[in-house]
Amino acid sequence: MHDLLSVLIWLPVLAGIVVLILGDRLIGLGRWIALAASLATLAVSIPLWTHFDTRTSAFQFLEHAPWIPTFHAFYALGLDGISLPLVVLTAFMTIPVIIAGWTVIENRPAQYYAAFLIMEGLMIGVFSATDALLFYFFWEAMLIPMFLIIGIWGGPRRVYATIKFFLYTFLGSIFMLVALIYMYVKAGDYAIASFQALPLTLAEQRWIFVAFLLAFAVKVPMWPVHTWLPDAHVEAPTGGSVILAAIMLKMGGYGFLRFSLPIAPDACRQLDVLIIALSLIAVIYIGLVAMVQSDMKKLIAYSSITHMGFVTLGAFVVYAILRNTGGVAGAALGMDGAMVQMVSHGLISGALFLCVGVLYDRLHSREIATYGGVVNVMPKFAALMVLFCLANTGLPGTSGFVGEFMVVLASFKASFWYAVLAATTLVLSAAYSLWLVKRVIFGAVSSPKVASLEDLNGREAVVLGALALAVLLVGVWPAPLLNVMDASVRHLVDQAVSTKLPLTAMTAVHGLPALPAGPPP
Amino acid sequence: MTPAPLTWSTVAPAIAEIALTCAICLVLMVDVFAGERRRGLTITLTLVSLAASAALLIAYGQVGGRVVLFDGLYVEDTLGFVLKLAGFLFLAVVLLYSRSYMEQRQILRGEYCVLLLTALLGIFVLVSANNLLTVYIGVELLALSVYAIIAFDRDNPIAAESAMKYFVLSAIASGALLYGMSMIYGLTGTLALDELATRLSAGALSPGVILGLVFIVVAVGFKLGVVPFHMWLPDVYQGAPTSVTLFVSTVPQIAYFSLFLRLLTHGLAGASHQWSQMFIPLAVLTLVIGNVVAIVQSNLKRMLAYSTIGNVGFIVLGFITGTPGGYSAALYYTLVYVLMVLGSFGVILLASRKGFEADELDHYKGLYSRDPMLALVMLVLMFSTAGVPPFVGFWAKLRIIQELWATDHPVLVGIAAGISVIGCFYYLRIVKLMYFDPAPVGIPQPQPAGAARFALGLNALAVIGLGVLPGPLLALCAGLIH
Repeated sequence: MHDLLSVLIWLPVLAGIVVLILGDRLIGLGRWIALAASLATLAVSIPLWTHFDTRTSAFQFLEHAPWIPTFHAFYALGLDGISLPLVVLTAFMTIPVIIAGWTVIENRPAQYYAAFLIMEGLMIGVFSATDALLFYFFWEAMLIPMFLIIGIWGGPRRVYATIKFFLYTFLGSIFMLVALIYMYVKAGDYAIASFQALPLTLAEQRWIFVAFLLAFAVKVPMWPVHTWLPDAHVEAPTGGSVILAAIMLKMGGYGFLRFSLPIAPDACRQLDVLIIALSLIAVIYIGLVAMVQSDMKKLIAYSSITHMGFVTLGAFVVYAILRNTGGVAGAALGMDGAMVQMVSHGLISGALFLCVGVLYDRLHSREIATYGGVVNVMPKFAALMVLFCLANTGLPGTSGFVGEFMVVLASFKASFWYAVLAATTLVLSAAYSLWLVKRVIFGAVSSPKVASLEDLNGREAVVLGALALAVLLVGVWPAPLLNVMDASVRHLVDQAVSTKLPLTAMTAVHGLPALPAGPPP
Repeated sequence: MTPAPLTWSTVAPAIAEIALTCAICLVLMVDVFAGERRRGLTITLTLVSLAASAALLIAYGQVGGRVVLFDGLYVEDTLGFVLKLAGFLFLAVVLLYSRSYMEQRQILRGEYCVLLLTALLGIFVLVSANNLLTVYIGVELLALSVYAIIAFDRDNPIAAESAMKYFVLSAIASGALLYGMSMIYGLTGTLALDELATRLSAGALSPGVILGLVFIVVAVGFKLGVVPFHMWLPDVYQGAPTSVTLFVSTVPQIAYFSLFLRLLTHGLAGASHQWSQMFIPLAVLTLVIGNVVAIVQSNLKRMLAYSTIGNVGFIVLGFITGTPGGYSAALYYTLVYVLMVLGSFGVILLASRKGFEADELDHYKGLYSRDPMLALVMLVLMFSTAGVPPFVGFWAKLRIIQELWATDHPVLVGIAAGISVIGCFYYLRIVKLMYFDPAPVGIPQPQPAGAARFALGLNALAVIGLGVLPGPLLALCAGLIH
């Protein structure tokens, strides 16, 4: 029981290495090993969910072993309500990627499966590390397989896209590393918990906040550092886009929740308007940009940016609520919404990229103009794609509704205008998603090529069907998910509104003498 | 002072040098009688004598703590022991990698092995130097051997030119070193490093000592390849036969590290504030110029030369901190860097064939499809040198940044972090060429050389293994320098 997390991390990594060694000649066997490993990883993640104690915000399934004694860095793993859903999401989303590449990837298939399996292990490592150095180790290591995935199996401009992707994220991360090392020098070890407990002056917190912002804003991505994402998505193979949208973007959101808010609460409180402004720009401006795209993948990529805007909005709206109402009632709602939005966006965007993949595999075009009237020849596919597009607009009953509704509701408590601006997404996302559906799915069959399309095969139907079920399940019955997160989110709100400054300095900075009771930082 | 009687216990700590000197004589003699046909014998004998000397070092050379021999000229400590073992190991790897390359070009002569061994002896003398004279002997023994090795391919005009350049510039640097030493000797009245450290820390530094220090800093900077004394480095790296570049870029790094450590941080510790102030702008320039100029290179050897310059900047940053932690970070960086460079030049050697030098970047296009193993090794090494985990190069950079933060150098931290992003680009480009580009026609298949390939595989595994579990080597380096 107590080694579950290590199994989750290293099982896919080892399976990836085995597939790599088997090579392209034994790929028949390699594929099945890859599938078996990804299924086994999901199976191992189920006991995490069932044995998770939802009453406490403490980390569970702890593992603690010496790693680098010289730095007091530990191989320390653990899960709380914030990381558990993301770990399970990672384990779940790798399976469709493996299946989607089954017959499609003909060039160096062994490396393809190996890259995705190794990346799965590393991503689970990011979410379950409780030691900042271990976290960074996984965070950066993950760039290498993604760099190769886009560069080897990508589209015509893949080299440009992958180098841009790598350098952008590397630039952001290195300043996070600098901030982590700074805190290590002060705290004496790399445990995230000791960073959270570390007293820091406001100036220090501001610098740390900015360093984290660089790293996480690139990853989320937030406007104006989002420009790598459309390039990377368009050029990446279907599987790469799915993992990028479903999991990698979540790391940015996770970083804000795990590092920025608890470690630099006073700086967050002071600079929250910046994040909210950037989030709202993402929601509105990028929403408009999404509307004019002629490339399906690009459209979904921009839509990802707007939806991730809700995550940052939900996470940082807590301070505005505190200022507006004098309390933090409703703040947990915003963070819950941010978390649900991350899970939901992982499912929906992954599914949409897989849908585009289905079309691309048949006609080798991502242009919207190539298609039209697909419903006439691919009814099953059309039904599922319409469902995912509706989920993307936030239709009640789908997972997209839950997260966005919670965040909008929380924003109302903060400011009427925040809520109004955030709610425009309901119009904008409906516009671009439904217009996409109209142009691609409906209408008369536009060309002989479209007429020759074949409907989903069994493999594709299983993958998209499973995702559709998940989207509906989270949409209709989000209670188990909210239940798992509840204690940790409440604890996080307490951490976020607590202060690391002495009382007098705090009053001067925030103008708030009294704070809601919370555990000492 | 009456000299101490020469007994076994007074020479045992110097066993590595003694064994190496015997080996040099042995190899020289055997080679004369072996003749042209049995060149393989010489290289095998060299490898065996390296192994035997290393075994003798392990058996007799371990001293707990610090032992001073030969009237204070020579010091042996655990640091020296580890560095000498590393020297044996790295030189053996150099020989393994370069053997078939040199055989194909018919430059594998007995003198080559002898010169490598004398260079190693020079390195060892530097590692154990405890007197300005010993330092100078070590520097010159190493430099003279290296001049000859670079010019070894005597029918190659480029190699001869780069040897000439190196000789002239290096002679000036040696002159500067000697001049600086003489000034400091004149003002302090001692050549012994221990005594020098005491005398300098006792009183205020006179301007003459500072002037002498400037000359020493110039000489050390030249040896390391610190900007603006780096001009020789790209020419030598590119012009010398690749097997020689492999040697020049790796094993002597141990000596240059020791030169810095013994001379500046120990002997001139009293002036550490002054020399670290001198090195700060030099290190920043080195980082920037090394990494930026590397981007525009089209020759891989030259690119790696600028990459070396950039990495030397990091090593110097470790010394600038002026703390034992910083020195041990520099030591770790040096060892790790040598490990990575060994592999990188090893790949170049294996990718070259008879009559074909794989030294242009374009020769690496589509290497994956021609030789997946070599491409994978190069991928690991390039990401490692760029400082991306899970490879060992990441920890080297991390250590330096950690020590810079600990000694409160925020600006240097920012520069070091920013420059590693720029540096990342040209390492990524190699991966791009190997993995993303199609292979052009007309580039020969890399060599099959089994033993070298095996060693190269181990080299890459070491880069990964030390990256995933960096604890032991970090602890070792931290324990060596107090």
